[in-house]
Amino acid sequence: MLDDMGKRFVTIWFRHLKTDWMIRRKPELKDIPFVLAHPDRGRMIITEVSAVAKAKGLCAGMVVADARIILPAVQVVNDDANLAGKLLKNLCAWCIRFTPVATVDTAGLILDISGCAHLWESEENYLRTIISKLKGFGYHIRAAMADTIGTAWAVSRYGKVKAIIHPGEQAEALAPLLPAALRLDADTLEGLHKLGLDNIGSFMNMPRSALRRRFGDQLLLRLDQALNFEEEFIQPLIAVEPYSERLPCLEPIQTATGIEIALQKLLEELCKRLHKEGKGLRIACFKCFRVDGELEQLTIHTNHASNNPKHLFKLFQIKIENIEPALGIELFMLEALKVEDIITVQQTFWSGNGSLESTEVAELLDNLQNKFGNNIVHRYLPDEQHLPELSIKIAGSLKDKPATEWRNDKLRPIQLLHEPQRIEVTAPIPDYPPMNFRYKNRLHKVQKADACERIEAEWWLNAGLHRDYYIVEDEEGKRYWLFREGHYDADNKPAWFMHGFFA
Amino acid sequence: MKEQSFHNEKVCAYKNARIISQLQRDIMPLQGLKKLSTDSSVNLGVHPIENSFPYSSFPIGCIHEFLSASNNDIASTNGFVAALLSKLMLSKATAIWISTTRNLFPAALKNFGIDPEHIIFIDLEKEKDVLYTIEEALKCNRIATVIAEIKQINFKESRRLQLAAEQSRVTGFIIRHQPKVLNTIACVSRWCVKSLPSELSNGMPGVGFPRWNVELLKVRNGKPGSWKIEYSSNSFQEIKEKVIDIPQTQIRNVG
Repeated sequence: MLDDMGKRFVTIWFRHLKTDWMIRRKPELKDIPFVLAHPDRGRMIITEVSAVAKAKGLCAGMVVADARIILPAVQVVNDDANLAGKLLKNLCAWCIRFTPVATVDTAGLILDISGCAHLWESEENYLRTIISKLKGFGYHIRAAMADTIGTAWAVSRYGKVKAIIHPGEQAEALAPLLPAALRLDADTLEGLHKLGLDNIGSFMNMPRSALRRRFGDQLLLRLDQALNFEEEFIQPLIAVEPYSERLPCLEPIQTATGIEIALQKLLEELCKRLHKEGKGLRIACFKCFRVDGELEQLTIHTNHASNNPKHLFKLFQIKIENIEPALGIELFMLEALKVEDIITVQQTFWSGNGSLESTEVAELLDNLQNKFGNNIVHRYLPDEQHLPELSIKIAGSLKDKPATEWRNDKLRPIQLLHEPQRIEVTAPIPDYPPMNFRYKNRLHKVQKADACERIEAEWWLNAGLHRDYYIVEDEEGKRYWLFREGHYDADNKPAWFMHGFFA
Repeated sequence: MKEQSFHNEKVCAYKNARIISQLQRDIMPLQGLKKLSTDSSVNLGVHPIENSFPYSSFPIGCIHEFLSASNNDIASTNGFVAALLSKLMLSKATAIWISTTRNLFPAALKNFGIDPEHIIFIDLEKEKDVLYTIEEALKCNRIATVIAEIKQINFKESRRLQLAAEQSRVTGFIIRHQPKVLNTIACVSRWCVKSLPSELSNGMPGVGFPRWNVELLKVRNGKPGSWKIEYSSNSFQEIKEKVIDIPQTQIRNVG
């Protein structure tokens, strides 16, 4: 036997999933027998019957005409093939409050509840809570708990005695059940029936070679899975974050103070774990699952991998007011969506050398970004491009270092206009600096000028004209950066632009 | 007898002067002009300017205000601030530049001896957010200088900033371009920088090093003054009436 004694699963079977949902939406349907039907080869075939209709003897697979003979008052509703999947997905997401690992099955759900039930004190209480909550929504369900998915599935669909199969008791629980409880295909079931093997116990202990010869590998695989000889995995509907903490509440939380306490507890737990592993989080998401099934969430970003609960709490704190608790929150979850290694900075004795790596600066920027949005902080690195506006690029993080040296051989204006502005100039041709220019309706007489600096865009990036830049000084001593786009030629007068101001 | 009383008066006056200077020294820290032994000294390299400050050194851990009256003075004010910043950033490597309407070109800071990647720019939308940001930044003592471009600030708001700066010993520069009301704010000094025509030595053609008319309009416990300053090779030089001789070989690296 595999050594996974800790594993426990719950499977839930929705017996009238779609009809129950319809009754939930339209309570007046509750006492009316109705069926869902779908056209198939010119007939209407019943796909699902409501609980009332079932009691009157209708079942899925019947032709609507036959059903009308049995029960003339039956209502027929057109079936939507995608509805079941959609409903199950929503229910599965709702079940996240009971366990993080949940997935959708045919007409049911599978929950991996390993290590979850004790939060509800006992397995009985846990299963009862799930069943009573779902029944409260109006669903007819059956649920079972066992060590394996196979057994839980079998018991939830076909079991009659008890819903909780204690660890290691799969064989006893399966023995009296029909072979169909093993999730087998129709051919295998028919074969078993022909041989008179009408319950699982009758062939469970047969030699494996005999079973394989007659029924193939599938029967053995299903049997092994149900008896815990073979492990079965499920793909959770919502991927479980490796760094996450959960805090279910016995009573729904409605107050801001309550939310703050929950958040503090979760942060302390998560940070303790991150600290132990030498990691810090960059993005964290705080999720609040409400009683009415809605989800409220807050996300924070940090500039620096952080596992300081006080700082992270401060980032969340100003956003807590955005949470709408409505009738109350029953589960809090904190997920670290992006985790990075913390690079321990060597402590200095003197407070100088306040480099960009310091935690204080990163925390200051976190606070500001959290308050005013993520796009307010800019730091620039040199880029290997000639055009001045493209010669700098925004650094991705505080740790980024310039890949190339900053250029210091050419003068650049301290103020650079975001877009060069057209100016009118009087300039001698072919390539002299202007004698005067008009900028913002004021005429400036050029007193001094430097020789031009030609800046050309990279031909493989930008096919624009070259620019001839001039540093000029007017009669007031103000210094400007002007450029002419292109050459003078016979029928073309190149445009002049103002691009910046020197100190 | 007459001589005796004259002598007594002289001693008295001397004593009084000593008491007064001692009191002045005691008052200065209360006015936000502390000088701690841990503070790094800032050397501007221009003695007349330094002498107009208390303790004869550029005050740090306080707020300085820079006014630029016309649109054209933004560049010269920012240039002068960048030049000061390079002197202040020697000990601590990070500065924060807060603005709502920033045209400052980071690459040009290299011409002032600053590595542009050490400046964190915070570009906000609202003037009101700028105040909050300055105060938060001033509280972080890992930062050398906080520079903020803001139009309106009242006395109460500026006092909060000054107190935060005194606490953390971070220097704050507040640049006010064309303020609507020229109100008094709680700062140690008020500067006004205007550009002057540049000159190359021996009447050579072309644009020379940046020259500014630097006015120290107000300074707490110091002497206001006005100087003509040229900035070349990462240092300030005062221009005397006579044109000073600049060697031709010097590299121009300011913008």
